[in-house]
Amino acid sequence: MCLAIPGQIVELSQDKPGFAKVEVTGVRRNVNIGLLEDEKVGIGDWVLIHVGFALSKIGEAEAQDQLRMLRAMGEDELAIDEVRGYTFAEPAT
Amino acid sequence: MKYVDEFRDPPVIVRLARELAHIVEPGRTYRIMEVCGGHTHAIYRHGLRDILPPSIELIHGPGCPVCVLPTGRVDDGLAIVANPGTILTCFGDMMRVPGSLGTPLEHKARGADIRMVYSPLDALRIAQENPQHHVSFFAIGFETTAPSTALTLLRARELGLTNFSVFCNHVTIVPAIRAILESPDMRLDGFIGPGHVSTVSGCRPYEFVPRDYGKPLVVSGFEPVDILEGVLMVLRQLRAGEAKVENQYRRIVPWDGNPAALRAIFSVFELRPYFEWRGLGFISQSALKIRSEFAQWDAEARFELPGVRVTDPKAAQCGEVLKGVLKPAQCKLFGRECNPEHPVGALMVSSEGACAAYYRYVHHADPVFA
Repeated sequence: MCLAIPGQIVELSQDKPGFAKVEVTGVRRNVNIGLLEDEKVGIGDWVLIHVGFALSKIGEAEAQDQLRMLRAMGEDELAIDEVRGYTFAEPAT
Repeated sequence: MKYVDEFRDPPVIVRLARELAHIVEPGRTYRIMEVCGGHTHAIYRHGLRDILPPSIELIHGPGCPVCVLPTGRVDDGLAIVANPGTILTCFGDMMRVPGSLGTPLEHKARGADIRMVYSPLDALRIAQENPQHHVSFFAIGFETTAPSTALTLLRARELGLTNFSVFCNHVTIVPAIRAILESPDMRLDGFIGPGHVSTVSGCRPYEFVPRDYGKPLVVSGFEPVDILEGVLMVLRQLRAGEAKVENQYRRIVPWDGNPAALRAIFSVFELRPYFEWRGLGFISQSALKIRSEFAQWDAEARFELPGVRVTDPKAAQCGEVLKGVLKPAQCKLFGRECNPEHPVGALMVSSEGACAAYYRYVHHADPVFA
């Protein structure tokens, strides 16, 4: 439930303020960055994602730790399914 | 010991195990509660009980959102979707939680429009795409999840959406810890504090645990190394006769949490006077309610809900397991009527629930059940 997924910011789009495109092991989706308003976030930064929102900024080593932890918990596929399932900022199908 | 190859730094595990064996005092037993369901899952998955000295008992805490949600609230959520033209959205975990008349998944099979979402923002989008329907989001979760629901409600207001609401079941962990410390049948020596909840709340809210109850609390990460180190830090405090809040998970958890997330929570929610927790009963000021300024997006204000208290099936002993009085396998229904395929109680639903974790990682290996 409190799945926290590490992702790297790859794009800050102009047309979607408050959102950033992140990459999580090859899957790219927009997430909301409204909870990071006290921090400066930029391309290349790593964030911890929970239910479609970036919850905190983390270092790259910490992000790798988190990925390994998810794998060790058998939750890495669940995490990818979740990220793939964020449709809120994707074009309508 | 399972999955040893996945452990970070096996030599560190060996060192921690040795240090743990060395620090326990002969003749003394230790009861340490891991508050968070994620820790419970990790402990069973990695077989950490086999690494700890036998005198250390880990008690599984209430930090699993679906596990502590009382049946009556599931019924209330399902009553929303009984209104014609209504769509109910919820996280995957919720889909299999039993209400009095079945799970959300079973209601869906009977024709109710219930959809699984991965984010409250997906629920909002469904509302935007279905203006003829009312879309309600069944919100559950601790401090980790509440800020996301808060920002979603702020967005709904910004958009002026009139066909969206939130059925708020967010709870906060601190009052539950206090209730456990006040409970006469709980004898605990210390706590492993939640990891991801603390990224939002920070470590300060736990300061009452050492101050008022004289017990150590160590916020810990989820890897075997983290959990063992957290337990060791609790034991070091006990050995030294100390009690304080420590942060083992500094690489992720800032001492002050995420102030922006806390602001989001408090701008949208206020504390309920009391809220029912499965197994723990009513706990005062332990849950969040949507503020009256947001009443038009509050499902409890918009819909007539039964609000009936429903007791758990008599034979199920979820309450005792939740309080750590019984081990999962000591419940009469465990592994028989209640199993992950057909959960009777919510502890068997989520991977963070003590019963589901025990069933998956210990039950089949346990000779008693062979």
